[in-house]
Amino acid sequence: MDIKSMKSYLYWLYCQFELITCSYLMEPWEKVLFYTFNISMLVMVLYTAYIFIPVHLSTAFQFFLHLFGNQHENTVSIVK
Amino acid sequence: MANPSAVCNGHLHHHHHQKQNNLLKSGICKKNGITKGMKKNGVSNGTLYKKTFIEHFEQAPMYVAVLTFLGFGVGTVFGYLRDFMRAWGLEKRNIAAEREQQKDFVPLYQDFENFYTRNLYMRIRDNWNRPICSVPGPQFDLMERVTDDYNWTFRFTGRTIKNVINMGSYNYLGFAETDVNALKTVAIELQKYGTGVCSTRQEMGTLDKHVEIEKLVAKFLGVEDAMVFGMGFATNSMNIPALVGKGCLILSDELNHTSLVLGARLSGATIRIFKHNNMQSLENLLRDAIIYGQPRSRRAWRKIIILVEGIYSMEGSIVRLPEIVSLKKKYKAYLYLDEAHSIGAVGATGRGVVEYFGMSPDDVDVLMGTFTKSFGAAGGYLAGKKDLVDFLRTHSHSAAYATSMCPAVAEQIIRAMKCLMGLDGTTQGLQRVRQLGKNTRYFRRRLHEMGFIIYGNDDSPVVPLLLYMPGKIGAFARRMLEKNIGVVVVGFPATPITESRARFCVSAAHTREMLDTVLNALDELGDFLRLKYSRYSKSSHPELYEETSLELED
Repeated sequence: MDIKSMKSYLYWLYCQFELITCSYLMEPWEKVLFYTFNISMLVMVLYTAYIFIPVHLSTAFQFFLHLFGNQHENTVSIVK
Repeated sequence: MANPSAVCNGHLHHHHHQKQNNLLKSGICKKNGITKGMKKNGVSNGTLYKKTFIEHFEQAPMYVAVLTFLGFGVGTVFGYLRDFMRAWGLEKRNIAAEREQQKDFVPLYQDFENFYTRNLYMRIRDNWNRPICSVPGPQFDLMERVTDDYNWTFRFTGRTIKNVINMGSYNYLGFAETDVNALKTVAIELQKYGTGVCSTRQEMGTLDKHVEIEKLVAKFLGVEDAMVFGMGFATNSMNIPALVGKGCLILSDELNHTSLVLGARLSGATIRIFKHNNMQSLENLLRDAIIYGQPRSRRAWRKIIILVEGIYSMEGSIVRLPEIVSLKKKYKAYLYLDEAHSIGAVGATGRGVVEYFGMSPDDVDVLMGTFTKSFGAAGGYLAGKKDLVDFLRTHSHSAAYATSMCPAVAEQIIRAMKCLMGLDGTTQGLQRVRQLGKNTRYFRRRLHEMGFIIYGNDDSPVVPLLLYMPGKIGAFARRMLEKNIGVVVVGFPATPITESRARFCVSAAHTREMLDTVLNALDELGDFLRLKYSRYSKSSHPELYEETSLELED
């Protein structure tokens, strides 16, 4: 039952997407074109996020650490 | 009207929210009208409005406008793509094109101007021009048609879809009927006169039927004299040029019908537009006109005439007649009132907005109306003082050149009007008017409860339901037809670009069951298509309010 309601909910979401972006009005080949474009854009954005965000985050973290935390490193070395 | 402080919580809550809504959030800030109407029982403005004047023009949340533009943007991009493919021969051209030999001439078909028609309208064109094959009563039959090439051409399958509930015809009082008893006199006149008149009014086209109907119309409206014409649109467009000319000033409402606009332009007078139903704007224009006069010569205007309609058919709003009449008296202008949708539909006995506001017909200089909507016939009338109508009989283009009204149609109008006035000995006319009022109030109340955004006055039988997004226009109309309900949807050129809507016309011939069927279908469809944008809906269990509502439904 849960799968069925989940499926109908997803179908309803798909219908909303179709209505809002006017792809409900498009002919099938136009829909293929539109979805290909959208999905490829989405995949590219996600891939870029996957590759670059961890690097950016760790760089930012180190920068802030360096700005505020020279003392922090000192304390670590003393304890050691 | 119900005293708001006496009814149940929901109703009072609703009014209170409407007041907040209108004062804070409404994009259209009506200073004079809405604030006055919102004060309970018109206490502070008891002199002008005898009952509360409640109009709604709720704005949708911001994300709706953004998504609408997004939808139009995608449509435009694909429109350019298709045009490109058509121009480069990758796709067949279905629109009109010139012959090969004329390619070097000045172009006959300007391609880009029809961009919207070609690329967006064509995709959902199957929702308009649907041929019907029965009388447009509360239910009608549609001819089924399919398209093989995405709405460029249609073909009929031969089947008819029977008993589709009709929410689009202007059949306010239900006089579009085929009942043999009702049409007895019409059949007799048809036998007597035939169908064609074959002449104009000024030549040999004035029959005794026309004299009879003109006297009856004058009596119905309470004026001295009236004149009838064969076509409602032509009544406006052909007679305004006879009344005003160069050197006159026309002050016309922003949302006036095309017939009024065409008549005003044909007359050659100067036209100035005031904001829809906005009395501040009208007063400013009147003052400027009187202070500054004509543009270059600074002479006084020969005539200043205000063109308004009784009910605006795209908004469902009613004109603020008491304020306009007081303005016209103060600044000595003339008033032309087009009651196409309001004659027969509002007012305690169906005599239009003049009666609805409790005013006298002498206050309005020119009363115009049509017989197409509430009387189930065709044609229009102009009524007023005898001098005015005598002038029109000689100077109107329509009288001189247009064929006069067919006598059988005139008889239909006569019998409908006699029924309304009670002259046929029954109270059927009054019952119809009351039924229409009941149906209107019920329909609007239920739609508000469900959470749709509805425009217009609470008493107007024209109910526009806002759809906003272009994709939803086609989906809404098609799905309603699948549920056997016929609706009219309107999109861009006739309405502002973000405010496409579905327009319902409530009729006295609709029974409670039909309205309930439609409302249930709307409820379901509203949930599926996410159309319930209103932020002021009452509850999801309207049945609970049905019993406790103290609204006086007379």
